[in-house]
This record gives sequence, structure tokens and C-alpha cells, in this order.
Amino acid sequence: MARLSRRQFLTGTAMFGAELAGLAPAARAATRREPSPDRTGVLVDTSVCIGCRSCEFACKKAHGLETPPLESYEDRSVFAERRRPDHTALTVVNRYDNLRDPELPVAVKAQCMHCAYPACVSACIVGAFTKRPDGAVVWDTGKCIGCRYCMIACPFQVPAFEYHKALQPRIMKCDFCSARRGEGKIPACVEICPVEALTFGPREDLLRIARDRVKRFPDRYVSHVFGEAEVGGTDWLYISGVDFSALQFPQLGRSPAPGVSESIQHGIFAYFVPPVSLYALLGAVMWISKNSPESGEEA
Amino acid sequence: MDGFMRPASLPRPFLTPGVGVLMLLALNGLVFLAGRFLFGIGAVTNLTNQYPWGIWIGIDVAAGVALAAGGFTTAALGHVMHREQYHAVVRPALLTAMLGYTFVALGVCIDIGRSYYIWHPLVYWNGTSALFEVGICVVIYIHVLYIEFLPVVTERFLGRVSLPGPLARLDPLVERLLRFLDRGLARTMSVFIIAGVVLSTLHQSSLGTLMVIAGPKMHPLWQTPILPLLFLLSAVSVGFPMVILESLLAARSFGLKPEMHVLSGLGRMTAPLLGITLAFKMGDMFIRETFVHLGACDTAGIMFMTEVLVGIVIPLRMFLSRDVLKSPPLLFTASALVVAGVAINRVNNFIIAYTPPYALKSYHPSFGEVSVTVGLISLLVLLYRASVIVFPVISLPDRTLARAKYTVKG
Ligand code: SF4
Ligand code: SF4
Ligand code: SF4
Repeated sequence: MARLSRRQFLTGTAMFGAELAGLAPAARAATRREPSPDRTGVLVDTSVCIGCRSCEFACKKAHGLETPPLESYEDRSVFAERRRPDHTALTVVNRYDNLRDPELPVAVKAQCMHCAYPACVSACIVGAFTKRPDGAVVWDTGKCIGCRYCMIACPFQVPAFEYHKALQPRIMKCDFCSARRGEGKIPACVEICPVEALTFGPREDLLRIARDRVKRFPDRYVSHVFGEAEVGGTDWLYISGVDFSALQFPQLGRSPAPGVSESIQHGIFAYFVPPVSLYALLGAVMWISKNSPESGEEA
Repeated sequence: MDGFMRPASLPRPFLTPGVGVLMLLALNGLVFLAGRFLFGIGAVTNLTNQYPWGIWIGIDVAAGVALAAGGFTTAALGHVMHREQYHAVVRPALLTAMLGYTFVALGVCIDIGRSYYIWHPLVYWNGTSALFEVGICVVIYIHVLYIEFLPVVTERFLGRVSLPGPLARLDPLVERLLRFLDRGLARTMSVFIIAGVVLSTLHQSSLGTLMVIAGPKMHPLWQTPILPLLFLLSAVSVGFPMVILESLLAARSFGLKPEMHVLSGLGRMTAPLLGITLAFKMGDMFIRETFVHLGACDTAGIMFMTEVLVGIVIPLRMFLSRDVLKSPPLLFTASALVVAGVAINRVNNFIIAYTPPYALKSYHPSFGEVSVTVGLISLLVLLYRASVIVFPVISLPDRTLARAKYTVKG
């Protein structure tokens, strides 16, 4: 390298720069994806839910997961401990004490919230997650490498991993019954719910219904539609008679979860200008210091 | 590409008692590794749906990348800024970086659930993912490192190619190939060296961006939008201490005289780098007023104080002292503190700071996880030892030769 002529050096540097610049379109394509305004969601009214766990059963059936018969779900003892969705159950119902009315514990169904600006979609290294126009956030087994960065990113700690599998472990989470909806059916949990605690429909409408219920029955509900604003909005919405913090809902800001990291990312990579300039700058430093008369005299 | 010092292979036996111990540790790691590949990640680790990343990411990958930063900082110093007197440490640092990044890649392969899809990010791109950016930069950088190391290989074998037995007929061919490589590399090396520095700057900082998306799941002491900058600064400041540490260790283990004038020079340059890191870290803490969390005296607070005091403040004070710069044991201590501090910082960022909702139980690395990590590090050290025995990496104080070459150049 010490014998490198000035010209060889400059051509080499320029070629590498051009090569980097050729990658730029990929960076440009990565602008903020706005969710479709017609997307659907589900409104979960925890003040209606009776904690029958039929939705857990229906979900497993719909996704080909192993399940005992529906009758066994009457067993209340599972509420003794808090459960989370995992690879055996994409949705679970937990029971919480109700401080306002100890006689009436609150049952809360948990699953993927189908965020409007999903952190999992932004974070996945290979883009295995997609937010579909119908609202569903779905995962593509053909791409996933099993890095579990989606699990780090999700503000609701939803994606689960098949840790016990050596081959093709999957990321498992509620897919908003994409397969069923392809056949024109509604989500399995919504269909089975005996008390209509779950309402399926366009998110806009659900939001209106939720706001309306909360406003009309201030004794029955706290004035908060969870998911209206949290992390930029989620397509699954919750209303409740007790404060959401008492139901283990995380406290989240209004800005989309991927916001900060994406702007940093785009800042560093803005059309590859920063890296290419750094490259040029270092090239200049190298060239100048090589030709400076002192360079040999140190030591 | 070397300066006035003469790197040479070290004619030493590979096997020593220490090497035996390392081999046992590596073997133990391999056993658990087999378990991971046969029965899944869950069989060996304590990872859960709440804690998806453990020490394999925190230590093997994150700390590994940071501690291999000596490769690009010395390349920048020796080759970009042409500070010839530091050429003696460029090759050892390059070797560490090359082996270090190889093991980082290996660590990633072990940790991801579908190791056989490791190539997917090259095909399926996601420009919004910080992990994608880290991945791509690391992949390119590994190749750059191997290319940068090639001249060392050609230097070792040029004119000395003698394949065993019937293969001997191929000798001239291999010789010609090496010669071709050597000439081509000499012409283009600066392109790769600068690329290496740029790529390092990019992925060292993006490694910090990784945890930004975890938002409130990360302890406020660490969660800050300037994480990428802090990661870059700490990587730059750990580069020279890592080189000092290695040089002193290698000198000790091979019975050489440490190149103190070079090492104290590196030590002197470390002080301002640590100062800048400290300034940004403290500035960030005061602007976001996160110091209130230090009063809690919990694990997070203690770990934060440890990484700042042990990893930055104490060694900063030490590197500012002339006596420390002149004394090998003190210089060693100061450097070891910086290295430990950065390693703790990465573990803090990726494990301690990560407090997910709905954690059913907290995460502690399993015996298997520790075994694999220790095994990998042992293997790395063994490879390093083998490499410096075979290849001309470590500069031997051959002053006559050095002077001769030096005059020709001037
Ligand atoms: S809740 Fe988590 S997994 Fe579901 S869409 Fe949002 S970020 Fe993705
Ligand atoms: S585990 Fe799979 S889906 Fe999740 S971030 Fe990694 S590649 Fe994407
Ligand atoms: S089926 Fe309906 S009522 Fe029963 S647990 Fe599920 S949401 Fe609640």
C-alpha cells in the first residue's frame, strides 16, 4: 500500500463510493408506511367479558394447535397464575381483582394488538412481518431467521418463540385469523364469544363505539380507550371498568414505537450521504498525511 | 504495508499447560453447543418469551464487536493518519479484529433459531431495521478484515511454498497466485482500509440503535436517543486499551519485551477519548435527569455506577498519569479496566437494562450458556496463539532491519 500511486488510490476510492451509492434506492424505499384507513380491528370490552375462555379454545382450533375439549376450559384454577400468549396458545385470558367491586373480578383477553405502526415490522431483520391493509400483522415463516429481535421490539411483549425446536422454530402470535378471513369468516374468538365482549369491524367504527360507551356510562367505564393513542394507535382496542394499569397494561406514550430508531437509522443512512462523505473524508486525510513530509520522520 | 518494525512468526511451541486448560474449556463449550443444535435453544439456555436475548447476544456478539474495535482504530491511526510508529500494533489488532468478528458471526449463528438461514438478510432486506444494518455492515466488514489480513499470509508463504508429496507439482502455480494477490492487494489496500473504518463507524453505532426500539422496556439510565453515539464513542475508546492489553499479554506469554514506547503512546491517546465518552454519558444523564434512578441503589443503579467508575473514571485518571504510562503493570491495569468497563456496558445495555413487561421470572444465564460463551472465548485465544506462531503478526525488535528499511523509505 505504501507504494500506491495517487491515481490508483483515487480511482479505487471513487469506485467504492459509487458502489455504495448504487444501494441507495433500497434506503429510499424505507419511508414510513402509513396504515390503511379502512383497516379492521376488534374492540374488547373487559366489563362484559365473563372469563369463560372459549376464545382460547376457538383460537387453538382455528390455528391447528392442540387443545383439550371445550368443557375443560370451565376450570377456573388456571386464573391462579398469570399467563401470557405463547407457542401453545396465541391468546390467553387472565383474571384480575376489581378494587371497585371485589365481587366482580375483571377478565382480560390478551393477544397481539395489531399496532398501526408495529415495532415488530420495523425491527425484523429480514422483513418477515407485514402490516396488511386489513389491519392484520402477519409473519412469514419463509423469511424468519429466528433472531428474536421482534420480541425485543414489541412494546406488548407478544411474539413468542418455539425454544424447544432445533429445526424451523417459529415465531408465534395472533395473526388476526388471516386464514379464516380469507374465507370470508370473522376471527374465531369473536365468533365464539357467548356474551359479545368482542366486536369485530372497521377500526374507525370501533373507536366511535368505544368512545360512545365510555361517555354514556361513566360509572361503568374509566374514560380511557386503550389503543386509541398508545404507540400511535393499535387496531385492537380495550375499554374497562378499572384503570388499565391495574390490568397489567403497559404505560406507553403516544408516539409510534419505531419512531426514534427509524429516524436515527434514516439519519445515518440518508441516501448514503453520511457514509460516503466519511469515506471521502478519510480518503483525503490518508492522502494528505501520506504526502506530508513529516510522515516518515515520526518515531 | 508494514512500517519500520519487522513482524515475524514466533518460533514457540503451541502446547503449554495454559493451552491445555483452554482446550478443556473449549471442549466443554462444544458439548453444550451440540445440545443446542440437537435439541433447540431452550434445551441449553434460560431464555424465555420475555427475555429473548441473553449473554450469547450481550457478551458474544455485543461485547465482542466492541472489543474488536482495536482493528479499526489502529488502522485509522497507522494507515489513514500514517503514524508510522504505531505500525507495530496494527497487525496484532487486525488479527484480533479478524478472529473477533469471526466469532461474533459464529455467536450469531448459534443464537439465532434458524442458523441455516443466516444468509437471509442478504436477500430479504429491511431498511428500517437496525439489526439489518448491523448485520450487513458486519458481513462486509468481515470480508474486508480477511482481505486486510491476506498480505500477512502472502508474506508468510511467498517464495516458501512447498506443498507435501505429489502436490509439490502445484508449487509454482500457488506461488504465482500468491504473487498476483500480493501485487493486486498492494495496489488496492487503501480502499479496503478506509472501507473498514467507515463500516466500523456505522455498525458500532447501529449496535447502539438496536435497543432504542425497545423504548420503555429499557431502563431509563441507558435508554437514550444518543445510544448510537455512546456506543461509537465507547468502541473508539476501548480500541487502544484492548491493543495494549493484548500486547502486554502476548509479550508476557511469549517472553518478549513489551514495546513500551508504542504502548504508552496509545495510552496517552486513550485519555482524551475516555474523557469525551464520559462527557457525553454524563451530559446525557443530566439532560434527561436520569440520575434520580441512581438513588434507588438497585441492581441497575449499581451496574451503571460500576461501568462509569470502573470503566471510565478510574482508568481516565490513570491514563493521565506519566507513571502509569511508563509502568507495564499499571498500564495493564488501566487498560483492563477500560475493557471490563465496556464489556459491562454492553451487558448492561442488552441484559440488565432490559426490563420487559409480564416477566414471569428474571433471567440468569444457565450453565450451558456460560459454557458456550467461555468455550468460544477459549477457542478464540487458542486460534490467536496459533496464528501468531504461524504468521508474521507480532513485531520483533529487529532494530537493524528496521532502520535499513526506514532509510530506504525516507
Ligand atoms: S403488539 Fe407486538 S407483535 Fe403485535 S403488532 Fe404490535 S409490535 Fe407487533
Ligand atoms: S425472529 Fe424472525 S420474525 Fe422475529 S425479528 Fe427475527 S427474523 Fe424477524
Ligand atoms: S370468549 Fe368472550 S367472554 Fe369468554 S373469555 Fe373470551 S372474550 Fe371473554
